[in-house]
Amino acid sequence: MKERKVALYGLLTALAFVLSYIEAQIPVFFAIPGMKLGLTNLVVLFALYRMGSLDALLMNIVRMILVAATFGNLFSLAYSLAGGILSWLTMSLLKRSGKFSMVGVSVAGGVAHNMGQILMAILVLETGKLIYYLPVLLVSGLAAGVVVGILGGELVKRIRM
Amino acid sequence: MKKGDWFLIGGVLLLAGAALIWMQAAKTGGSQVVIRIDGRVTKTYDLMEDRTAVLEGIDGGHNTLVIQDGKAFFSEADCPDLLCVHQGEVSYDGQTIVCLPNRVVAEIQGGDAFVDEVAH
Repeated sequence: MKERKVALYGLLTALAFVLSYIEAQIPVFFAIPGMKLGLTNLVVLFALYRMGSLDALLMNIVRMILVAATFGNLFSLAYSLAGGILSWLTMSLLKRSGKFSMVGVSVAGGVAHNMGQILMAILVLETGKLIYYLPVLLVSGLAAGVVVGILGGELVKRIRM
Repeated sequence: MKKGDWFLIGGVLLLAGAALIWMQAAKTGGSQVVIRIDGRVTKTYDLMEDRTAVLEGIDGGHNTLVIQDGKAFFSEADCPDLLCVHQGEVSYDGQTIVCLPNRVVAEIQGGDAFVDEVAH
C-alpha cells in the first residue's frame, strides 16, 4: 500500500503542477490580482476526499514550491502560499463539519484562496485600498468554486482506486 | 448539494453585494495619482494634468502610466501577465491599478485627506 500512496502523491503533484502552468497560459478574463480559475484546486479537492487532509496540504505545498522555482520567485510563492494554505484550512474544516457537499467545500476554498492572496498583496504592497477588489474576488471565487466542486464530485465518484 | 452549500453561496453573494453597495456609496472623485513602488510612495501626479510617465518598478520592470481627461491607466508594461494594462481606467478616490510582478501600485486619492502623505 505504501508504494501505491507514493505513486499517487507523485501523480497528483505532477498533475497539479501542469495545471498551474496551463492556468497561467489562459488569457485573463477579469484583470484582478488574486483571481484564479482554480484548476489546481481540483487536484487538491480530490486529494482531500480521497487521501486525507494532511496529504492534500503536503502535496499542494510541494506543488507551490515547484511552480515558484520554475516560473516564479519568492514573492509569487508568498502569494500562492497565503491563498493555498487559507483555502486548504477552510476546506478541511468545512469537510470535517459534514454540513457541506463538495460544491460547498470547493466554493469556500475558492473564496478563501482569493482572500488569502489579496491579504498577502495588501501586506506586501502596503496598501489597504486593495480591499476594493473584494466584491469581484468573492464572486469570482464563488463561480470558480462551483465549477471545480461539480467537477471534483464527478471525479471522486468515477475514479476507482 | 446540501443545505449548507446554499447557505454558504447565499452568504458569499450577500457579502459581495453589501461590499459593492458600500463602495458605491463611498465613491468620490479623486484628484491625485499616487505611485507606490515596493510599498514606498515615489511619485504623485495631478489627475487633472494630462501626461505620460514611465514608471520603473523593481528588477528593471517598466509600466507606462497615462493620465488623460481626469483618468489614469497603464498603457504598456513589460510584466508577463499585463493585468495592470487590462484593468483599464481609474478615477475615483481609492481605486488602484496594481502590477504585482513589478510591485507598482497606482492609487487614486482625493484632495484633502491626502495632505499627510505629501508631507513626507
